[in-house]
Amino acid sequence: MQRTIPLSVRRTNWAWLGTAPFFLFALAFMFLPAWTILSGSFRDASGALTLVNLRDVFQEKILAAYSVSIQLSVVTALVGALVGTLLAYAITWGGLPRSVRSAVITFSSVASNAGGIPLAFAFITLLGRTGVMPKFLKTLGLDLYANGFSIYSLTGLIVTYIYFQFPLMVLIMAPAFDGLKREWREAAENLGGTTFDFWRRVGLPILLPSFLGATVLLFGNAFAAYATAEALTGSKVDVITRIISVQIRGDVMYNPNLSYAISLGMMVVLGVSVFLYVLLQQRTARWLR
Amino acid sequence: MNTRTSPVSRFISWAILALCVAYLTVPLITQFDYSLRMRRNTLSFDAYSKVLAIPEGSVELRQTTRGVTLKMPRFYSSLAFSVLAGVLTIAFSTLVIVPTTYWVHLRLPRLKPVLEFISVLPFAIPGIVLTLGLLRTYSAPPFALTNTEAGTMLMLVGGYTVFVLPYTFRSIDAGLRAIDIRTLTDAARSLGANWATVIWRVILPNLRVAVISASLITFAVAIGEYALVNFLFPDERSFGSYLAAMGRNKIYEPAALTIISYLLTWGLVLLIQRIARGTSQPSASIR
Repeated sequence: MQRTIPLSVRRTNWAWLGTAPFFLFALAFMFLPAWTILSGSFRDASGALTLVNLRDVFQEKILAAYSVSIQLSVVTALVGALVGTLLAYAITWGGLPRSVRSAVITFSSVASNAGGIPLAFAFITLLGRTGVMPKFLKTLGLDLYANGFSIYSLTGLIVTYIYFQFPLMVLIMAPAFDGLKREWREAAENLGGTTFDFWRRVGLPILLPSFLGATVLLFGNAFAAYATAEALTGSKVDVITRIISVQIRGDVMYNPNLSYAISLGMMVVLGVSVFLYVLLQQRTARWLR
Repeated sequence: MNTRTSPVSRFISWAILALCVAYLTVPLITQFDYSLRMRRNTLSFDAYSKVLAIPEGSVELRQTTRGVTLKMPRFYSSLAFSVLAGVLTIAFSTLVIVPTTYWVHLRLPRLKPVLEFISVLPFAIPGIVLTLGLLRTYSAPPFALTNTEAGTMLMLVGGYTVFVLPYTFRSIDAGLRAIDIRTLTDAARSLGANWATVIWRVILPNLRVAVISASLITFAVAIGEYALVNFLFPDERSFGSYLAAMGRNKIYEPAALTIISYLLTWGLVLLIQRIARGTSQPSASIR
């Protein structure tokens, strides 16, 4: 009998110990770096508390970079979400053969993972100044580059980012479309509703939280992206992640505390999106699965 | 599969499919074509052989002050480096995620929301911001990790573990849900196994599908990643840095490398799907 008490005490100790590896990892590789950024944002070079860094974020060059990144993320998230949803509809409810569906899912997994440097290479070959498409269109009498198009621009980044944005949407929305039960449609029909009524009154309202959540995810995906922009446009377009990379490299206008404040701004924007995403995700869970 | 789909909606579906497939394949097709054009007026695999060639004398074992090093053409040495980073990240992720998640499922279910919350945090920390945070936290005392090779590698592996955490955690969490860990644990314990044995020989083997699919995502990230590795290892020894350098300096080789890295990604994705199929586990980790 005496032994039971120490045993149970040992068990509680063990229980907390068992969670140690993960929390130590999170502390070392997420919370400490985040704390460095957070606390550094409010300090000057000598370590004294200040709000100067936050004020300096609002200088023209940095605001312009935030604006470019936000435009890029909003446009590619919206286009990606719409196109991805249409394709997800096509492969689930659109009456396409089963084999098409699995091929599209596979291709989407590849394409959504495919960001980064190779993607930039492929689009430079396709749409660069001497690329395949401009050359081809020139033979038809349309000179893309004379008409203001350039792959090394915000437009170019948008065209390139969409390549990994809409496949990501397909991967999220295809299961959501699967979650819509065929019985609901039959029920709608039995009650005299048309296909249009079904989608307007049942299908779309149920899918809406998924759609919005995924759109937010796409926004964050583009906002945080760096390698593709670095390889495609480099210094020609200043996205906000590039401003931070320049600060790390320590070239021009080097100011570590300012770079913390810029990073903090990014984390705030993304923190809000993650919060929205989780909220919308919980909404979705009510109906699907 | 759905016989009641109207012809109109089926036509629209095919049209959407055709447009999307064109968007996804045209850049690859033109890139493949371009990669074959290194030799004038004819198609050849010259760009590929330039990249993949192993000239005589380019592979050698060397005894240096830092030990024995293997010298290889850059394609292979950079790929080997990134694969090594991937392997270490897989080991490290498994080590930090599996025991804790198992323990929380078994004994501390109240902590589940905390783990879930932490596992989505990486979405709020862009790679470049984590790079900045890690560099500034660990390049100066009290933890000057970047001074040593092993310390720098640890930072890379820790950073990669953060990058893939949303996927690896979800995959392992789903895996643990799908097996009866309580019964397995009780059975193993009553046969005299200690906790390390339970996790290593009972839980982990039952999670192998989850761990393998998480591992493949980790590989894809480790091979393609650029920001963190390029700042941690400025000598450009990673595959990502190699790709970037080729893009700056060469014309046809980048095209060949695009195709090669797409083939690598294809291989990994097909492997994930093959492994995820035929099990009750969802392949939720594929992004």
